[in-house]
Amino acid sequence: MVDMADYWPVVLCLGLGTFLLRFSFILIVDRVTFPEAVVRMLRFIPASVLPAIIAPAVLLHGADAGPTALARPLAAAVAVLVAWKTRNILVTILGGMGTLWLLRAVL
Amino acid sequence: MNEKRHFFRDGVRDSIPILFGMAPFGLICGAVCVNAGMPEWAAVGFSTIIYAGASQLAAVQLMTDHASLAVVVLTGLVINARFLMYSASLARHLQGIPLARRSILAYMLSDQAYAMAIARYGRADGASVDRPMYFFGAAFTVWLCYLVGAALGASVGAFIPPSWDLGFAIPLTFIAVVVPAIKDRPSALAALTAGTVACLADGLPYNLGLMAGAVTGILAGYLAERRAQHG
Repeated sequence: MVDMADYWPVVLCLGLGTFLLRFSFILIVDRVTFPEAVVRMLRFIPASVLPAIIAPAVLLHGADAGPTALARPLAAAVAVLVAWKTRNILVTILGGMGTLWLLRAVL
Repeated sequence: MNEKRHFFRDGVRDSIPILFGMAPFGLICGAVCVNAGMPEWAAVGFSTIIYAGASQLAAVQLMTDHASLAVVVLTGLVINARFLMYSASLARHLQGIPLARRSILAYMLSDQAYAMAIARYGRADGASVDRPMYFFGAAFTVWLCYLVGAALGASVGAFIPPSWDLGFAIPLTFIAVVVPAIKDRPSALAALTAGTVACLADGLPYNLGLMAGAVTGILAGYLAERRAQHG
């Protein structure tokens, strides 16, 4: 259980810190120009950060024990295929969740 | 003015498909807080003030374990360090608008809004878009949906059976966003490297595995592109 005495310190510190992370470059941009190399690296931010969140979440965390251990990785693989073919976010999520539930039901 | 509203509307419209991933995410964040013993107002306040689901979930977990304030806050900030990169990437698109508006847009910056906006700016007709307005449309829609989800989660989330594993909608949402962003060999290499390193480094404290994966992925993509161009 969470001790509510910790609530405001956590909310205020994490909330303000996160806001400053978001605001950082948006605040100072008029005064800085980025080197060419940095601009080129920016393109790879979404292609890197999101897989770094996805891969451990699918392969390592919350994996089922026993026969359905592969349910999450397989459902994620289906979602990648669906995303690639349809480029549709809702269909991708439904395809992944549907596969997960189906595999857990039949395995 | 009418023209600007049109770009706001485009941002709203384009982000509607994302909401089906965002609503469960908000729902889970709200439900987890209530489950951990917070009153409903506190669960909604958590999502409103911090507005970064992954760090909120980590914070609730650590608070339940009675970790120190420094550990809870630092872990959350490390998870959210990606916003620093998003901020750097978006900044030049949001130039020249008043400070107050920039701070509102910064507060509403999310993974989803960032991905939507960058994808739109990168399309062939991207130069004609009112970039701050489009971003506002997308970010506001995601923000509203997340908070409605959090409020619902705080009130009904406790009744959702755990066997549905709704949390899996989170990586699925990220998959739906990232796959279209992988357009060539360097970006594919970046994604593969990032995912592999993040898994290998998963045991690192303070969720540093996420940052390690992201940084090596960016470097791999950058070097691969440079090599392709310089032969």
